[in-house]
Amino acid sequence: MRTLYQFHGGVHPPTNKTQSTRTPIAPAPLPGKLVIPFHQHVGNMARPLVKAGDRVLKGQLIGMPEDGVSSAVHASTSGTISSIGMEVVAHASGLPDLCAILIPDGKEEWVTHTGMDYRAAASADVRLALRLAGVVGLGGAVFPSDQKLRSGKHKIKSLVLNGAECEPYITCDDMLMRERATEIIRGAEIMRFMLDAEEVLIGIEDNKPEAIAAMRQAAAASDDKMEVIVVPTIYPSGGAKQLMRILTGIEVATGVRSTEKGLQCFNVATALGIYRALRFGEPMLSRIVTVTGNVRNAQNFEVLIGTPVNELVALADPLPDTNLYIMGGPMMGVPLPSAQVSVVKATNCIIAASDKLFPPPPPALPCIRCTRCADVCPADLQPQELFWFAQSKNFGKAQEYSLFDCIECGACNYVCPSHIPLVQYYRFAKSEIRALEHEQTAADLARERYEFRQSRIERDKQERAEKLAQKEMAARQPAATPEAAPDNSAQSHIQAAAERAREQAATARPKNIDALTPQQQAEIAEIEARRAKAREMAHPDAGRPKE
Amino acid sequence: MLTALLVMSGIALVLGAVLGFSAIKFRVEGNPLVDKIDAILPQIQCGQCGYPGCRPYAEAIAAGEADINRCPPGGEEGIRKLADLLGVEFKPFGGGTVQKPKAVAFIDENLCIGCTLCTQACPVDAIAGAAKQMHTIIAPVCTGCELCVAPCPVNCISMVVIEEKITTWKWKYPVYPLAPVK
Amino acid sequence: MLISTFISKPDTVSAIMLRVLLALLPGIALYVWYYGPAILVSITLASITALATEAAMLRLRNRPLKPFLGDNSALVTAWLLALSIPPLAPWWLVVVGTAFAISVAKHLYGGLGNNPFNPSMIGYAVLIISFPSHMTHWLSPHGLGQTELGFADQLAFIFGGHLPSGIKLDAVTLATPLDTLKTQLQLDRPLKEILGMPIYGALAGKGSEVVALGYILGGVYLLFKRIITWHVPAAFLGTLFVTAGIFHLVDQAHYVAPLFHLTAGAAMLGAFFILTDPISGPTTPMGKLIFAAGAGFLTYVIRVFGGFPDGVAFATLLMNICVPLIDAHTQPPVFGKKDRGAK
Repeated sequence: MRTLYQFHGGVHPPTNKTQSTRTPIAPAPLPGKLVIPFHQHVGNMARPLVKAGDRVLKGQLIGMPEDGVSSAVHASTSGTISSIGMEVVAHASGLPDLCAILIPDGKEEWVTHTGMDYRAAASADVRLALRLAGVVGLGGAVFPSDQKLRSGKHKIKSLVLNGAECEPYITCDDMLMRERATEIIRGAEIMRFMLDAEEVLIGIEDNKPEAIAAMRQAAAASDDKMEVIVVPTIYPSGGAKQLMRILTGIEVATGVRSTEKGLQCFNVATALGIYRALRFGEPMLSRIVTVTGNVRNAQNFEVLIGTPVNELVALADPLPDTNLYIMGGPMMGVPLPSAQVSVVKATNCIIAASDKLFPPPPPALPCIRCTRCADVCPADLQPQELFWFAQSKNFGKAQEYSLFDCIECGACNYVCPSHIPLVQYYRFAKSEIRALEHEQTAADLARERYEFRQSRIERDKQERAEKLAQKEMAARQPAATPEAAPDNSAQSHIQAAAERAREQAATARPKNIDALTPQQQAEIAEIEARRAKAREMAHPDAGRPKE
Repeated sequence: MLTALLVMSGIALVLGAVLGFSAIKFRVEGNPLVDKIDAILPQIQCGQCGYPGCRPYAEAIAAGEADINRCPPGGEEGIRKLADLLGVEFKPFGGGTVQKPKAVAFIDENLCIGCTLCTQACPVDAIAGAAKQMHTIIAPVCTGCELCVAPCPVNCISMVVIEEKITTWKWKYPVYPLAPVK
Repeated sequence: MLISTFISKPDTVSAIMLRVLLALLPGIALYVWYYGPAILVSITLASITALATEAAMLRLRNRPLKPFLGDNSALVTAWLLALSIPPLAPWWLVVVGTAFAISVAKHLYGGLGNNPFNPSMIGYAVLIISFPSHMTHWLSPHGLGQTELGFADQLAFIFGGHLPSGIKLDAVTLATPLDTLKTQLQLDRPLKEILGMPIYGALAGKGSEVVALGYILGGVYLLFKRIITWHVPAAFLGTLFVTAGIFHLVDQAHYVAPLFHLTAGAAMLGAFFILTDPISGPTTPMGKLIFAAGAGFLTYVIRVFGGFPDGVAFATLLMNICVPLIDAHTQPPVFGKKDRGAK
């Protein structure tokens, strides 16, 4: 029997998971349109490869990963790209982001795809394949998986597979493990091979007996050293750091990579994604989403990325008093800005909420320092102190008290007798600190450039003075150099040029565009595109500046 | 009586010597106050304060010649930090300065005549272009100081406000529901 | 959208405070049994004053009345103050003490959650400094006084200051056991003889020692309900016991046994109800231990060497001052920054 460890704190909210596990995972029908954001992952946004009017096939690459941490985006089905533009996405800000709108043609016509032999190929090629397949962590963090599968300088002892799924209401991983355990184990084998890990530890909370049984059976059939470990149900045991602590006793501090401690952690659904990407060459086009809460038929669906939330929840028959949709669980989920936003790779659960299901909390009272929050904090923080500093915008102190160790799990919110929105304060303080740091770097850069410019001007002046002195020495002719005249001429040159430019601006339409060869036209288009891009760089969001 | 006097003057002498010694030994070079003020200023180099850059303004503040409320890009937060540093009271913006949203310059390349006047005006070398060549703004290093706008003879430079996007979006301060009631 | 977590435990400040009040009931019941119903009058008076002052201060500070009047925190302050002062105290003493505690010690510092000092102990300190003579007339416990007052007589004294003709104040009141001990020791009477006086019971004062047991019962309830943690009572009572024990061992003729100190005066009330106030106390486990240990030591020092009959109030206030310092220096290590349990 393996010794399990405990992390500090934790809470036991009502799990509410049985509603959505009564029926198997059902494929969601093809929606009327798909809104596919180009930025569904941590890191840089994918670069669009298609334009309005293009016909795409299912699985076709439509967003190319940019340099660094980034991931690919694909057409979830075959059809026509109707437009590429800014759409409201599933994000707490309610702001729009770049999306492709895909009108399905219903044919589900696949792009040609083949699997690869990950054992024969070089590790870098396998990782590139995963990157181009858009494989990201499906536990919620959506971190590109290829980045995590680099077998670096540290020896990986345990590969942790996270099937804890501690958050109430969510059952997508539970159902996935019940129904597709073998494929998950195949994915785990791939990851173990790539990381050269000694063992695979699969942590599942003890409230999922069916999933545990299925995974045990599948793991037993594997040649690798795999162990399904039942962990006690406590929120947030599904946090990567918390689960690694439970299974191995090792705590990975903030700012330390888990690989340095010989650990790496993946969600079970990610394992499945990796398997399908390498075995069949299928990119991440769909995911399992739990639709639950204030609905008649809570259920898990296999949903195409880009499916609008309102079309998805309609399948579960929401009750009429539903007034909000939450993406994620009730502890860490974010309220969706509208029901028209689409399902993305991070969408593990959609909860239909009503005032009856989640009654609005009573007005917040001041903190009475009862430290219930500190008792339940899984990161061993003192939330009451962090709240105090965040509330008074004392960001330096907040950082000193390890604000950035907060995993925003919401356990403190859950127990606060004063009903203070603590996590909200921490998120506010974190984003303010990040913005301030960004401003500080910008200011430092500006100072450096300013000072360099000043010294350059000083140097130029000196050099010119020296040259002048030399000239005077050489010529011994102290004739007055006509200083004013050239200046005047420069002035008049500019004046003339300005006049010309004004004329040009008046008749700004370029001439001789009637009889151009297609090649010339393409050239012009390219130049125009470059100009547009320059404009965009000056102003990345709204395209065209106001004149 | 005499011993007391002697002891006291002895202590005074020793302490005086220590003070004198440390004044020489631990002397701080330069004027760190100017550096501290300069570190708070946003380095936009816009000159809205009436000084030709952030450093000259910092020097003026340190010399007591300038008020602390002349820097709109620094925001009220900047004034507050300066007030903290200098141990003076916070005061609202004054001297005809106005706060504007953050922006970067944009050159309409169809109109630019390549006169280089803007490159000479730019305090942070954020404009690329040579004489009679089209100019362009290096957006990531532009501080939005607007110093290039006025010199342009063809009015081809405009300021484009930086709009909030998802990657720069910030969580809002939770509005405390215990608002005072009448 | 403000909400960051959509579900929460149905726990409220109001419910926590209510449980503290509940926990006081056994002590109060025993109090009434030994000293008569006068204490109930004090508690009622203090409660009404506290709520009225709270409402007035909220109005002055332009704050909503409903959530704050309903949070029961003013009642806790009122009850603890009423239990700390003599039950036969004139009505204005209770009113002045409570009003001062709520208005100055609580609201001038920012109201609920912001007071650095325990309000009831501030109220107590103000009363004992301003009206020392009124604070020494403690009712004699059941069966000890020369005469006993009926409830009507107690009411008449509290509100009118009159005793039934022929009865003197000294006939119905006594100094507290701690006070008696101190004055008698100053008269050089041997300890054994003093403890043989009728006001002393098995452990400390007759009656008051049983009330102290009532407070323990309430304290256990609070521990069980997780309103308080073991740190403060254990460190406070432990330090008080050890300090008293050391002195007792060194000089048994002059220093009373440690159990006496634990059950006398406000020690139990302090250990479970006063020092455990979260608002004016430290937040870290280590901080709680240091805070309560300091209070236990100071309590003993003030009791034995100081000028006041009991030391809990001043020890609490003195340690309240140290809370920010204690908290700042006892921050526990965060996740991953300590060696614990790892192989």
